[in-house]
Order: sequence, then structure tokens, then C-alpha cells
Amino acid sequence: MTVLVFVETEAGHVRQASRSAIAAASKLGEVHALVVGDAASVGASAEAAAKIPGVTKVLKAGNDALAHTLAEPLADLLVSLAGDYSHIVAAASSVGKNVLPRAAALLDVQPIPDVLDIVDADTFVRPIYAGNALATVKSADAKKVLTIRATSFDPAPAEGGSAAIEDAAAPASGDTSRFVSSETPTSDRPELESARVIVSGGRGLQNGENFKTVLEPLADKLGAAIGASRVAVDSGYVPNDYQVGQTGKIVAPELYIAVGISGAIQHLAGMKDSKVIVAINKDEDAPIFQVADYGLVGDLFDVVPKLAAAL
Amino acid sequence: MQGRPQGPASHRRQRVSGKKTMKILVPVKRVVDYNIKVRPKADGTGVETAGLKMSMNPFDEIAVEEALRLREKGAATEVVAVSIGVQQAQDTLRTAMAMGADRAILVLTEESPEPLAVAKILKAIVERETPDLVILGKQAIDDDMNATGQMLAGLLGWPQGTFASKVELADGRAEVEREVDGGTEVVSIALPAIVTADLRLNEPRYASLPNIMKAKKKPLETLQASDVGVDTTRRLTVVSVAEPPARKAGVKVGSVEELVEKLRNEAKVI
Ligand SMILES: Cc1cc2nc3c(=O)[nH]c(=O)nc-3n(C[C@H](O)[C@H](O)[C@H](O)COP(=O)(O)OP(=O)(O)OC[C@H]3O[C@@H](n4cnc5c(N)ncnc54)[C@H](O)[C@@H]3O)c2cc1C
Ligand SMILES: Cc1cc2nc3c(=O)[nH]c(=O)nc-3n(C[C@H](O)[C@H](O)[C@H](O)COP(=O)(O)OP(=O)(O)OC[C@H]3O[C@@H](n4cnc5c(N)ncnc54)[C@H](O)[C@@H]3O)c2cc1C
Repeated sequence: MTVLVFVETEAGHVRQASRSAIAAASKLGEVHALVVGDAASVGASAEAAAKIPGVTKVLKAGNDALAHTLAEPLADLLVSLAGDYSHIVAAASSVGKNVLPRAAALLDVQPIPDVLDIVDADTFVRPIYAGNALATVKSADAKKVLTIRATSFDPAPAEGGSAAIEDAAAPASGDTSRFVSSETPTSDRPELESARVIVSGGRGLQNGENFKTVLEPLADKLGAAIGASRVAVDSGYVPNDYQVGQTGKIVAPELYIAVGISGAIQHLAGMKDSKVIVAINKDEDAPIFQVADYGLVGDLFDVVPKLAAAL
Repeated sequence: MQGRPQGPASHRRQRVSGKKTMKILVPVKRVVDYNIKVRPKADGTGVETAGLKMSMNPFDEIAVEEALRLREKGAATEVVAVSIGVQQAQDTLRTAMAMGADRAILVLTEESPEPLAVAKILKAIVERETPDLVILGKQAIDDDMNATGQMLAGLLGWPQGTFASKVELADGRAEVEREVDGGTEVVSIALPAIVTADLRLNEPRYASLPNIMKAKKKPLETLQASDVGVDTTRRLTVVSVAEPPARKAGVKVGSVEELVEKLRNEAKVI
């Protein structure tokens, strides 16, 4: 069995979530990696993928449409390569979720999103109902299309392998879909999905200014990423990509500190697999305390600066 | 960071040129209400849903709202809601019509089929109704597949603008702002096209009582899955459904000092 993993790269390195997808795929069989990008940089990205232990071949394809990982050309490319593979795998990232179901439909396959565990080549565990239940499903499709929940598989190392690199021919793509622009602010903080520590804020923070003056000093002390509840994002305190939860990012850091977050099931769905959870909330009955290893009842404006100072 | 080549058009200019009608199809799903915490059945065959409050999938309310706003500003002429599922999915369609959808189609099935089958049924409905735009929810909050819109786009060979936080129609294309891992991105897709709604696309309206009454008289057509000729046999069988591992109950600490001490010496995470 050989598995094709679509690998996401960023500035010449492989995203951690994709290394988790490679680790998951390695449990199924031999791994080939597909890397795309613009013609100028795809070579460097392919070389990064070739260094990942467990990858035996890297396929690379570069053009402008693929550089922006548009779903239409990328799904066509996956379908054109699918013939030889038993499984097609990607991380359950915004790209993976956009592209793989489209490719699956073209292959007449029911995709299996958000795989948490691999039982055997046909059988997978995935969360349903915001993670309140885990379904083990068996696929009758000849080929399987999976997205992998990165927090459930330790990423494959970035270095140590030396796979062969080959060109893959990208099918011609039309003009029905065009990339226009993107706004992806960079920050010095670690990425939410791969951070060791996350400090997350909710409605209790009251505004964006308080995220800066109250939460950031604590995050700075811990070298932490900053996350947020949906309410904090909807209210404009922080950008959309900070949202943790059922419909935002799924995270599982060593330490998750929830500040002024009530603990709605949709929020818990995104963080309850964290190793250690700390909750700071002034309401002693807040549901977040039911999942917190350490709960501190108190006013965050009093407690958080003290905590930052004590570290 | 690149700027957008075309600035946001004024409402009046957002008309699809060269076409008098502009139909939007909105698939809506009946799901267990988002406020309810479901539990796996004792025998592990599924989740306990009997007697639970059912509602329209929250993302589909957002999809309906977006279609209505496009119609209200003259960018669309008709909004048709469609649901696939059991007879009670009628209620969900009435809700869509009470919000303002013009009419509805129910495709009756014994249960809610998998996204592949749903997408095939929707494809058949699209071929009948010839909409210019289909707006779906990004994900249904029961099965959390986040797949149907992308699959429908694939089957139709249409472009897709998923996880949308903004949609503007102009010159036969849709400009869609999308929520992605690192922030947002904007794509331009040619109509006909598929859009899937993310949380921040809009805030859906509540249906008023008079509109709920009016919705009872709006046309609701019922079809059988066999009428549209789609095989809904499941590709996935459920082996088991289980409770996730529970977290051990934690402790409340009395002070910041105690918290720091526990994190250092007990949990050893700082
Ligand atoms: C379809 C759908 C999808 C959703 N997806 C997500 C998701 O992905 N992620 C997500 O987070 N939510 C999601 N939600 C929303 C979710 O249901 C909750 O509304 C949200 O998580 C609540 O955010 P919050 O905890 O910040 O706000 P609240 O529930 O209002 O809680 C605020 C908390 O702050 C505390 N507080 C206030 N002031 C202070 C103070 N001075 N000091 C200490 N504590 C204080 C309060 O006691 C309270 O517990 C979704 C909802 C729906 C319907
Ligand atoms: C193995 C397995 C077994 C299952 N067995 C059963 C069962 O026995 N009985 C049962 O009732 N369910 C069952 N389900 C659940 C059912 O199949 C789900 O409804 C299906 O998987 C769709 O996934 P989703 O709703 O998460 O799709 P998503 O792709 O998350 O939905 C996205 C969007 O597509 C649209 N959409 C999706 N479904 C519909 C629909 N039916 N009508 C209109 N629009 C729709 C909506 O706009 C929605 O927002 C089962 C699921 C699995 C995986």
C-alpha cells in the first residue's frame, strides 16, 4: 500500500500539521508526498519534504494557481495522481478541508474528515457532535480520502530522510477561480496549532486593548501563543484565526490557560485535549472549571497581572 | 500583503450583469440544537437523539441570511431552500421561509445521507433549478464533516469559495473573503459557483411572528430520493460510537502563588 500525502509548506519548510499527517500516513503504508508552490520556490519546498523520515518519494508541481493552493486545480492534480494510491491524506487544515472533499467527490469517495486514530487500513476514529462522541467508521470505498487531526499524531521529524524528488504534471486549470489577495499577519508568537503554551481570552477581557495590556504580558512571560473564544473574535477583540473551538482551531498544548472564557461545548471541543488546563474566571460555576486541572476563581484584571508578575 | 484590485462596489452596482434573474439555492440541514450536549447510546451504535430539540444547523441560518441580503440589495431575485432528510425537515424549511426564502424543496430520505449522497442529490436539484449560486453552511454541527459544499462543487465542476466571511457579486463573479489558518484570503470565482458560510459572514435575523404565519403558505415541494435517481447507500458504516476519554476532575486553587507552585512542581509545565 502506498499513501499520497498532500504536504503544506511555508517559506521552504513543511508545516507541523503536515508532518503529523505524514506520521499518520506512515501507519498505513509507504508515503509519497505531494508539494505544490510557484515555479520558483517549489524546488526548495520539495527538498524540505524529502528530508522527512518515512517519505520515500516527493512529487512536486509548480504554477501560480497551485501556489495559492486554490481548491480547483489542486483537487484536479490530486485526482490525476490518485490512481496508484490506496489512501489520499492531508492535514485537517483550512487547505486540507477545502481541497480533499472536492477531490473525494471527483473520485466518487466519501471522505473521512478529522481522523483521530487509525484502527486499520479501512477503519478510522473521528469526532462527531463537537467531540462529545467518537465514531469509529469503516469505509467501503476502494480508495480512502482522509484529513488528519494534527493534535492526535506526533509530527514526523523535519530532518533525517532523503527521498527522491520527481515532477508531477499539473492539469491545465481555467480561470473560473482566481486568487485575489491574502491578509496573514505575521507575529513573533508561536503558531496556535503548534504552541507549547496557549493563553486564551474570552468575553471577560471586554475589548481588544485588554488583550494587549492584560493577556499579552502573561503570554510573553510564557512564550505562549494567544487564542480566543468565538465571542472575543466576533466582537472584534482579536482576528478570526485566533478562534479555538469546534469551528475554529483545534489545539492540544502542554498548558492551556483560559481567561474569562465560560467553557461552552463549542469552545471545549477545541481545547479539551490539552495536557494541563488552567481556568481563570470570576464565576465559580462556570463550566470551564469542569475540565480545568487548576481553577482559580477571581477577577482576571486582578489575577492575570499577578500571575504574569509571579513567573 | 496585496490590496484588492477592485474596491467594494456600492450596493446598487452589485448586480450580475446581463441576466435578469439570479437564483440562489440554500441547502439547510435539521440538526440537534447547538445548546444540547449529546451522549453516545449505551449500546454504542450511535448517539442518543430521541426527544432532543432539533433546529436548523446554525451555519445554514447564516447561509439563508446571506442569500436574503443579496436578494434585498437587488443582487438576487429568488431564494430557494432545500433539505434532504426525514419528513420533519419540513420544519427547518418553514424556518428558512419564515426568515424570507421564497419557496422550498424537501427530498425525503429515511435518514440524513452522507455528504457524498447529499451532494449527488443536490447536484440533481441544481440541474433542475439552475441556480447561479449555492450557499451552504461550512459544516453541520452534528457530523462536523465540513465536506458537502466542496463535494457539490466538485461534482458540478463549479468553483468554490469556502469558509466565507464576506461575499460580493459583480460582473458574473463572486468575490469571497475566506477565513483561513493564518488569517483571511480573497478569491474571485466565476458564477455559477458554490459558497460555504463561516460564522462571521453575517448575523442571521430572527423570523417574526407574521413571517412565520406567512411561511405556512409558501410553496414546499416534496420529492423522493428515488425521484432524483441517487443511490444513497452509505460508504461508511459505524463500527461504534463511544464517549471520549473524560478528563479527571481538577482542583480549585486559592491564590496565584498556589497556582504557580502547582504548575511548577506538580504539573511541571512551566
Ligand atoms: C455553530 C456554533 C459554533 C461555535 N463555535 C465556537 C468555537 O469554535 N469556539 C468558541 O469559543 N465558541 C464557539 N461558539 C460559541 C459558544 O457557544 C460560546 O458562545 C462562546 O464560546 C462563549 O465565549 P466566552 O466564553 O468568551 O463568553 P461567555 O460565555 O460570555 O463567557 C465569559 C466568561 O467570562 C467570565 N468573566 C467576565 N468578566 C470576568 C472577569 N473580570 N474576571 C474573570 N472572569 C470574567 C464570565 O464569568 C464568563 O464565564 C459557537 C457557537 C455556535 C452556535
Ligand atoms: C458512518 C455514519 C453513519 C451515519 N448514520 C446515520 C444514521 O443512521 N442516521 C442518521 O440520521 N444520520 C446518520 N449519520 C449522519 C449523517 O450521515 C450526516 O448527516 C452526514 O454525514 C452529513 O454530514 P454533515 O452533515 O456533517 O455534512 P457537512 O458537510 O458538515 O454539511 C455542510 C453543509 O451541507 C449542507 N447539508 C448537509 N447535509 C444536508 C442535508 N441533509 N440537507 C440539506 N443540506 C445539507 C448544509 O448546508 C450544511 O451546512 C451517519 C454519519 C456517518 C459518518
